[in-house]
Amino acid sequence: MKTLAGETRALREQRRKALVAYFTAGYPDSEAFASLVRAAVDAGADIIEVGIPFSDPIADGPIIQASSSAALKNGMTLPLALETIARLHAEVPVPLVVMSYLNPILRLGTDAFARDAVAAGVSGVVLPDVSFEESHSLRPALSHAGLAYVDLVAPTSGEARAQVIARASQGFVYAVSMTGVTGARSASLADASELVEQVRAATDTPVYVGFGVSTPDAAREIARTADGVIIGSRLMQLAGDGPARGSAARVADFLASVRHELDALARDARVVF
Amino acid sequence: MSRGRFGAYGGQFVPETLMPCLFELEEAYSAARSDAGFQRELDDLLVRYVGRPTPVYLAARFSASLGGGVRVYLKREDLNHTGAHKINNCVGQALLARRMNKRRLVAETGAGQHGVATATVAALFGMECTVYMGEVDIERQSPNVRRMKLLGAKVVPVSSGTRTLKDATNETIRDWVTNVRETHYIIGSTVGPHPYPTIVRDLQSVIGREARAQMLETEGRLPDDVVACVGGGSNSLGIFSAFVEDRDVQLHGVEAGGSDEGDSATLTRGRPGVLHGAYSYLLQDEHGQVSPAHSIAAGLDYPGVGPEHSFLKDEGRVAYHRVTDEEAVAAFQSLTRLEGIVPALESSHALAFVQRELGRARGERRIVLVNLSGRGDKDIDSLEKRLR
Ligand SMILES: Cc1ncc(COP(=O)(O)O)c(C=O)c1O
Repeated sequence: MKTLAGETRALREQRRKALVAYFTAGYPDSEAFASLVRAAVDAGADIIEVGIPFSDPIADGPIIQASSSAALKNGMTLPLALETIARLHAEVPVPLVVMSYLNPILRLGTDAFARDAVAAGVSGVVLPDVSFEESHSLRPALSHAGLAYVDLVAPTSGEARAQVIARASQGFVYAVSMTGVTGARSASLADASELVEQVRAATDTPVYVGFGVSTPDAAREIARTADGVIIGSRLMQLAGDGPARGSAARVADFLASVRHELDALARDARVVF
Repeated sequence: MSRGRFGAYGGQFVPETLMPCLFELEEAYSAARSDAGFQRELDDLLVRYVGRPTPVYLAARFSASLGGGVRVYLKREDLNHTGAHKINNCVGQALLARRMNKRRLVAETGAGQHGVATATVAALFGMECTVYMGEVDIERQSPNVRRMKLLGAKVVPVSSGTRTLKDATNETIRDWVTNVRETHYIIGSTVGPHPYPTIVRDLQSVIGREARAQMLETEGRLPDDVVACVGGGSNSLGIFSAFVEDRDVQLHGVEAGGSDEGDSATLTRGRPGVLHGAYSYLLQDEHGQVSPAHSIAAGLDYPGVGPEHSFLKDEGRVAYHRVTDEEAVAAFQSLTRLEGIVPALESSHALAFVQRELGRARGERRIVLVNLSGRGDKDIDSLEKRLR
């Protein structure tokens, strides 16, 4: 079985900057969500991050709050999201990572979640409201089942702590570009690249930057130091900005232009991998 | 085992961005606790600024109306500056914020009492202040909104979710995670990630320390029952903490039983989960989504509860009960008419429990101590509408 770590290492060996595309499960609706994912993969996304909608997403800005509450109104649940992922997994060739607040997972049961997620083809998890300290009670069960436990580091972590966390992270290290919630605004390049350097000094695990990456130019600038970028709010904004039927095309156009920038950057021999 | 737990409950379920700031707060708090200067300054503010100690008052006419021999004492937190127990916590946390060189305060508020108290200490310490409040609460607690603005705070209406305390708390956390370097979040109750539940409880425990000594002084013995309403749980833990070791004293936490529209009875109807940084009882659906709460009392209208209460419930040390909107309003009217004291709707829940269950109960000379957590000026407009 392919692991998330294997896939992210392979991307680096191919000198390919990783493009991670986030979509909220069930948004704009279940069908349109699946077409968004397919379109994103066709446009060059390397990893799909599936957000499980939660009633109280404290780490998210207005765009993902809105996609989450719309998805919940559509009846999306964690078990339904895993069913959808299972179907997508059979169709799309890229790793699928679940991003979820903790409570839906606790309610399902950590072991049941791990089992069902692995069965659905999920290869990793990102839990934004689980601190490193709290992760110790979850990480063993999840990684034992075969899910990469992806940790987040932040600009406030400080070098020593960021490095401890980065060494524990599996698959990739999720570097939060700035203090704040998710959103389609501009990440602080200085904060992000300092954090990326700290992580790189500590581990070989690839480091991807997320939160506030919202234009092809920003993606390129961040990928000068990072191994990849994670884009979410901008995609949800594009998906929601107009009729659901056209959402896949809007998202695909945008991702294709990000892909283009990342590939152009990768051809520059000076760029690190 | 992770840090800051009450049995299985509590913990630090927050984004990584906030963790260093929680460590800093924990350190600042433990340094402050062993600093006599901090304690002296806090005590001085509590006396000269807040107006402590607050009296315990024998509510003789209210007691007589219950029909038995019970004597009901009220711990008069309504007499504090700004009208509720919330200021005890805010004064202490503002001192901590100053120690940490934070120049900006943020807070969530439901009833507006915590928002007013935070705006008040911000004025006193010359700090910037932003308060998040749900649109529903802005409407039903409007006098407090006007007070906060007069005090110089920015009041941000929250229109997401249930537009009440839960969503105001979400929005405050989002502000904090964005501006964490210069901002201290004064959480208004014994909720949130460690070390908040402990800090808030400690700062509110002055209520119980005073009340215990006052009961010994006036009655020569401890009360049989201590009763307090439970929203997030700070006024209740503030008074309970002094009596937890007194095994003969029965402790009663009163939750909002609401109406047909729903309730906020987290401990009696919820099950454990994670919200706002802590593992604790939570109103939630079968898929782990947080359920909307309901109460006529904005300060109790919250689907979560402080983790120490979850522990005390499982231990059986505190009994938790429910009181409906209607019962609370009736108790509000009784106390107003019989004693000339206008209680907050939150505190009225504790009084309603006494009316319903302790009135004619056992014992000739039963003594009941109720934490009257705040005054009801803020509720007059919405009660007038309801009673019309
Ligand atoms: C007067 C009063 N009592 C009680 C509460 C409930 O909070 P807690 O349970 O933290 O005491 C509030 C909250 O706003 C309040 O204003």
